[in-house]
Amino acid sequence: MTIAIDRPSQLKTETNQPSPNGTGRFAIEAGAMHVYYGDFCAVRDVQLGVPANKITAIIGPSGCGKSTVLRCFNRMNDLIPGARIEGEVLFQGQNIYDDNVDPVEVRRRIGMVFQKPNPFPKTIYENVAWGTRINGFRGDMDEMVERALRSAALWDEVKDKLQQSALGLSGGQQQRLCIARAIAVEPEIILMDEPASALDPIATLRIEDLMKELSEKYTIIVVTHNMQQAARISDFTAFFSVDDRRTGVLIEFDDTEKIFTNPSQKSTEDYITGRFG
Amino acid sequence: MMALHQQQAVSEPTGGLMPSGPTYHRQVEARQRRGRIWAIIFQAALVSGVIALCALIFNIVNQSFGYVAIVNNIDPAELAVDGTPLNALPKEQLVEILEANVSAGLMRRYAHDVPFAERSREDIHGLILERVVEPQVQATWGLFDSVFARGSVMAEAEERFPGSDVYFRSWLTTSFISNSQSSEPLRAGVRTAILGSLWVVAITILFSFPIGVGAAIYLEEYAHRERPLNRLIQTNINNLAGVPSIIYGMLGLAIFVRVLEAFTSGAFLGVGDQSTANGRTIISAGMTLGLLILPLIIINGQEAIRAVPSSLRQAGFGLGATHWQVIWHHVLPSAMPGILTGTILAISRAIGETAPLVVVGASTFIALDPSGPFSKFTVLPIQIYQWTSRPQDEFRNLAAAAILVLLILLLTLNASAVLLRNQFNRRQANA
Amino acid sequence: MDRLNRELESTLCLLLPDGEQGVNMTQSAPVAHAAVSAESMQGPVAGVDGQADADAVGGGPKHDLRRKPRVGESFIQGFLFLCGAVSVLTTVGIVIVLGRETLLFFASEEVNLLKFFGGTEWQPAIGRFGIWPLVTATLMASLIAMAVALPVGLCIAIYLSEYAAQRTRSILKPILEVLAGVPTVVYGYFALTFMTPLLRGMLGRDLVEIYNTASAGIVIGILVIPLVSSMSDDALTAVPNSLRQASYGLGATRLETALRIVLPAALSGVAAAFIVAISRAIGETMIVAIAAGAGPNFTFSPFRAAETMTGHIVRISGGDLSYDSIDYNSIFAIGLLLFLLTLSLNILSQWIVRRFREEYE
Repeated sequence: MTIAIDRPSQLKTETNQPSPNGTGRFAIEAGAMHVYYGDFCAVRDVQLGVPANKITAIIGPSGCGKSTVLRCFNRMNDLIPGARIEGEVLFQGQNIYDDNVDPVEVRRRIGMVFQKPNPFPKTIYENVAWGTRINGFRGDMDEMVERALRSAALWDEVKDKLQQSALGLSGGQQQRLCIARAIAVEPEIILMDEPASALDPIATLRIEDLMKELSEKYTIIVVTHNMQQAARISDFTAFFSVDDRRTGVLIEFDDTEKIFTNPSQKSTEDYITGRFG
Repeated sequence: MMALHQQQAVSEPTGGLMPSGPTYHRQVEARQRRGRIWAIIFQAALVSGVIALCALIFNIVNQSFGYVAIVNNIDPAELAVDGTPLNALPKEQLVEILEANVSAGLMRRYAHDVPFAERSREDIHGLILERVVEPQVQATWGLFDSVFARGSVMAEAEERFPGSDVYFRSWLTTSFISNSQSSEPLRAGVRTAILGSLWVVAITILFSFPIGVGAAIYLEEYAHRERPLNRLIQTNINNLAGVPSIIYGMLGLAIFVRVLEAFTSGAFLGVGDQSTANGRTIISAGMTLGLLILPLIIINGQEAIRAVPSSLRQAGFGLGATHWQVIWHHVLPSAMPGILTGTILAISRAIGETAPLVVVGASTFIALDPSGPFSKFTVLPIQIYQWTSRPQDEFRNLAAAAILVLLILLLTLNASAVLLRNQFNRRQANA
Repeated sequence: MDRLNRELESTLCLLLPDGEQGVNMTQSAPVAHAAVSAESMQGPVAGVDGQADADAVGGGPKHDLRRKPRVGESFIQGFLFLCGAVSVLTTVGIVIVLGRETLLFFASEEVNLLKFFGGTEWQPAIGRFGIWPLVTATLMASLIAMAVALPVGLCIAIYLSEYAAQRTRSILKPILEVLAGVPTVVYGYFALTFMTPLLRGMLGRDLVEIYNTASAGIVIGILVIPLVSSMSDDALTAVPNSLRQASYGLGATRLETALRIVLPAALSGVAAAFIVAISRAIGETMIVAIAAGAGPNFTFSPFRAAETMTGHIVRISGGDLSYDSIDYNSIFAIGLLLFLLTLSLNILSQWIVRRFREEYE
């Protein structure tokens, strides 16, 4: 399956093009999505279906709206005053921007990990437990916390200091805690906004390994400015660029291997080979 | 700079416009001299501010301690029985002395108020001092004169008030704090006023803290800034902070005292002092001050909430929390040190506030402790104002002592604000 | 606090979707390769709640994402809005109260606008209601206060922002804050028992009366020094360092930089500080009530007793006052004048700050 978009209006389709109202074929699917900040069009006409249980990377030069697109997938842009989205984002057949959709519900199903680790100023235990508690979890909290921390490959490091402040952890540990916190509420999709950009290379490696493990159970969409990282970890890659009005556009979306070896668009190739951006 | 010099050097022979050489050096020296003079002036301004503060404190301390000249109606030594001084006598003998020296009618009145059997020894002793010994302050001197010009103070007292007792008196004593208001300067205290201040401030906090923090949350977290209504609220709060406090007093007088009299006098509950049932009560005063400090609490709360990093909010939202859950669990705990510090500063403003309470109607003389929110009241600053307004020196001394109490109270409060903030920060870091 | 916390939580949990509907992660079939087909992307069907989506082909939505009524959230938001509205109600209350009593005041036969603004005698007992004695006393006290506070406050601000080392600043600023935190009644006491004897000692007891506007004015000046200096200091420190460096780079001395570069750049903030200080001085009450005198007096001598607007309000309302008497109404008329005066000054200062802010941003 390949969707390649050259100009916003010209939708090139190839053989395995899914039905436009994708229902369950994709974990999440953006259709003709435009994002505005006030009058400024930040991203236009994004047509993107994200396959389930895969890692999809979003790459592109800075300012091309990668993070903006990512935040559209769980309505985090609602929190930015003046941000406005047109088009639709289908999650299990429902447009999450429908009037009757509750953004709180959406965010609980589609979790997010942010660029800089942002643990709550609470204990490690509480960081993981909080999200589940407010969402009405009634099971064994200790077990749940342990499971989440194990999934995030953090359990062995913190099991003896669960009641200590999360702010005492190292940056990489904090970020894995944030991942544990996100998976504790059992989302379907995890959005990651440059999750390793604030970390050192070793911590980055651990996060990448973790993402690979998690992709067996979750759909992961990751924004990264690091092309090597995208090539290393992702199954699919979406390449965004900016047009002459500083508006972000989706240039190409394909198998990561194909993007990095044989992109169909010239600008993708320029960017990959370092001749652009 | 170098290039400039070279250019000047080149252009000088042809009558350059930029001065250089010795002329320039003299100019620079003059400019530097002017700079030094002004630096001294700036420093002098600062020093004058510090001097003003020192003068203020010196003046108050000076008036709080010092020699007093006192003339007794009956010398306490004369009242001694069998060589035992007055203050060591047992209660029964004190009652006898009292009986022997005051009229029977007065004795009946005392017995009617509280039977003698139930009165304590100290109480009787106090009555004897008040009614029998009857000390009268003739003159007072400041601490400075008392220490550095002791001789001339003594000579002056001897000359002007022969036969008077001259002794060093601290106007700020434990009994000054524990005594209630009295028209006798030697026995007057500030207990009623302190209790009144505490009651009023308690009402103020109960009223303004929830509303102030609520408004701050609304403005920072919910309100769309573009909406005219929200902009109106914001502008309005900024302007309210600059309204003179006395205007709030008039608002309190018209609304709380007059319009809401049935409520603020306690009549709706059937409590309160029915004989003087009007709205000039603690609750009116507390709510008036509450309105007064509300803008301060809101503005401070807004700043504290704004300082909470948005990454914290996003983390909460990203987990599927509702807006209120994010605020309650993350924003408020993080903002709380700032909010509390601001609130305590606002409260210290309320404690020192005088004018609005005069307008609302603090009682001019009240010896009974306040018993609840519907009591008549006086507060510490009002007490200071009233003592200051009296012409006699000894009341000025009382006012100075009361000011010391007030300043110590405020200082404690501010220190606790700092401590509380540090404590909070440490707990947050460890949590 | 904790208990409330838990209660709130459980209330909110009731409003949330039930947590039992956990997601079974193994439902979705693993996808082997990029060639994603409709068959391999099996649409999960668990937890369908009967919502028939017309477009749904591969199975209905697993989760009901629809908005649920969150009564608690709406209630809380409503309550918070009311909190914000209290401040507006306060203003409305002030305007209504002052306006109503003022109207009643001018409705009485003894007074009209012409007499109010034209008379130079304020003697309610004999029906003379000319505002001028109170206004002149107020202006005189404020002018004296400004003559003290503006130069001293500005000099302190310049010293703090341009000369003082970081450590000196960290010691001096709290001292100024202490000065600002002292209750005004204490300043009143200071004026009466320190400043007045000082003035009388220096200028002669015949010239200076026991109650006089000069000592009240000077002490008001001391009171507002911290206000002027801290607001001006904020404005001066907000001037970007690049401007200072540019000035030094041209060979300017520190003084020249401070007075000719930094101060002009911060002028709007300094002006706003001055105006706020004036407004504060006009509204100051206890100092004048204690030290300036207890009787309206139309005089221009700062050494004579005179009563200001605020002082008059305090004196009249401190006595026994019967509602709806002309005395009662008159203080509200004075209050309205005071309110309008200070409000316009405050708005002016905010306008200046807003209008000229972009200068150094």
